[in-house]
Amino acid sequence: MWMPEMPAFAPFFIGALIALFTQGKVRQAILLITPVLSGLHLLTVPVGTMLSFDFMGFQLEVFEVDKLSLLFGYIFHIAAFICMLFALHVKDTLQQISGLLYAGSAVGAVFAGDLITLFVFWELLAVTSVFLIWATRTERSYLAGLRYLIIQVLSGVVLLVGIIFYAHEHNTIDFAKIGLSDTASWLIFIAFGVKCAFPMLHNWVTDAYPEATPTGTVFLSAFTTKVAVYALARAYPGTELLVYIGVTMACFPIFFAVIENDLRRVLSYSMINQIGFMVVGIGIGTTLAINGAVSHAFNDILFKGLLFMSMGAVLHMTGKIDGSRLGGLYKSMPKTAILCMVGAASISAFPLFSGFVSKSMVMTAAINNGYGWAWLLLLFSAAGVFHHAGIKIPYFAFFAHDSGIRTTEPPKNMLLAMTISAVLCIAIGVYPQALYSLLPYDTGYNPYDATHVLTQTQLLFFSALAFVWLNLKKMYPPELPSVNLDIDWLYRRLFPAILTPFFNTFWAVDRAIRKSFMRGLNGMLGMISRHEPDGILSRTQLSGSMVIWVSILLAVFLILSFW
Amino acid sequence: MAKQEQDKQYLFDNPKNVKRLLYIVYAICLILVLLEFVINRHVYHSWESIFAFYPIYGFVGCVVLVFVAKWMRIFLMRDEDYYDKLEKKQHPAPTKKESADIVSDEAEQAQGGNNVDA
Repeated sequence: MWMPEMPAFAPFFIGALIALFTQGKVRQAILLITPVLSGLHLLTVPVGTMLSFDFMGFQLEVFEVDKLSLLFGYIFHIAAFICMLFALHVKDTLQQISGLLYAGSAVGAVFAGDLITLFVFWELLAVTSVFLIWATRTERSYLAGLRYLIIQVLSGVVLLVGIIFYAHEHNTIDFAKIGLSDTASWLIFIAFGVKCAFPMLHNWVTDAYPEATPTGTVFLSAFTTKVAVYALARAYPGTELLVYIGVTMACFPIFFAVIENDLRRVLSYSMINQIGFMVVGIGIGTTLAINGAVSHAFNDILFKGLLFMSMGAVLHMTGKIDGSRLGGLYKSMPKTAILCMVGAASISAFPLFSGFVSKSMVMTAAINNGYGWAWLLLLFSAAGVFHHAGIKIPYFAFFAHDSGIRTTEPPKNMLLAMTISAVLCIAIGVYPQALYSLLPYDTGYNPYDATHVLTQTQLLFFSALAFVWLNLKKMYPPELPSVNLDIDWLYRRLFPAILTPFFNTFWAVDRAIRKSFMRGLNGMLGMISRHEPDGILSRTQLSGSMVIWVSILLAVFLILSFW
Repeated sequence: MAKQEQDKQYLFDNPKNVKRLLYIVYAICLILVLLEFVINRHVYHSWESIFAFYPIYGFVGCVVLVFVAKWMRIFLMRDEDYYDKLEKKQHPAPTKKESADIVSDEAEQAQGGNNVDA
């Protein structure tokens, strides 16, 4: 069993199957042990391992290991374990099984050595994860899940078409650097872009993630988008277009995050913002930039997971997640509040927290490679991150005005999962060399020089000062129960508003036409069937007319024979 | 017990403690600006050579961010049930089994067919 060629996704799928047929404590144990055993196995797998076989004339590489995929493999195992621990109290077969399958699909996708295998796991990611949204079992989540599934499957279909074109043109399905050149590469790029939440294609994140179960969102935040980041890093490093896309992604969501009321939706916007940093890194494409992008993905899974967990805990305990309905929870959930603030400090990239050691690589790479404008905008969004994720999330949930809600700390397994994440966030911040040793390239980068520490601390503290000043002057926008329009307005409001009347008229006209045609046809049939003297069938015909018709037919036949 | 909970004084119930926290933030901000005189930071971008560039950029950036976001509310903000009103009318409740959906679809189709035959 312990052969290195065993694909890393296999234990997850086997574990899910066993979990399906067990119950209670045994199932809980299986859910927890699966990622641990699989992770221990992965530690023994050396770089360069490959499992491949022929399939319809193509070389399928189901399991191919290099430093890049291994890094994502490790973090997905850590994330799977933390998510499982966080969701341990949940007694819902649907969520338990789909959670494990979802994590397995993500692991499968990052070790896919060819495009067909990638496509299979790409679609599995969509199909397995949607149940985490539907598991909320409300009307909202049902519809949000449907929209999520449509968009995700569409991304897979675009990917498949791209792969078919690509295989046709290049005679290979090897998943390596593709680069933007022909139609096939653009299609694959767009498919990755959908899952990566490119601007305009981003709305599924902020639409669906906040509708999932308190524990389901934590799963969702870890895998899908990071698989897309991995895929981009492998196939499109150094594509300049990604710098522009990434900067846009880093900047525009922070405005939405400031005015959003649902705190999990705030985190979803902030997730797009963080992915923006990664996409910029991939677009720059130097060794330092790629290192920055993938290490930031690694850290983001931990600190964004921690933030989603703390909000999940709040939702689990209070049943509320809107900033306008929360506040003062530090009184009854002090531990959760502190853990949330560790996540907030990490995402804001405070020195000694994990965000600091990875985000700065992308920033440094941007300025070293002549993207001064991008650097300025990233700096702005780095300040904005602190504003909306670093301060807003803990402030409105745990402090602000006292909402009068009195509850208790969440179940122990939730606290433990959050503590593990928090410890990892601080450990990586304090000792970044451990993370750096796993990165694909050795760049000798050191985040802790005086300039960097000072400037980053200045930036963050003056962002905090801006928050304090705006709040004291009563200029900070209050949390209001509301919905903010985003791109989804197009397909949830505008298109239905235009298309519903259009199709109503279309079908009405269609019905009228078919009705009148049927009336005419019925009338004709009636006339034919009538055998009264004026009926068609009872009319007397001259036999001479038949002779004329025969001669006409023969003449036509004769003329045609000349051709 | 609930009453005891209500009566208990927490850290930030006392306005003095909030004031203290704010003074700490102000003090740190002041120290960080003063450190500019001590630490000779590297300059990579021309804007960085401005004195206290990072504090100014962070503060102004966040104020602009909040004002623009506030302005965006004018045309982006809607009622909480903006989408729900429309979507709940159009779609059957999820509590119904899927088979129920199919039946209703078929019923609709059958109706359409009837119209044609009429």
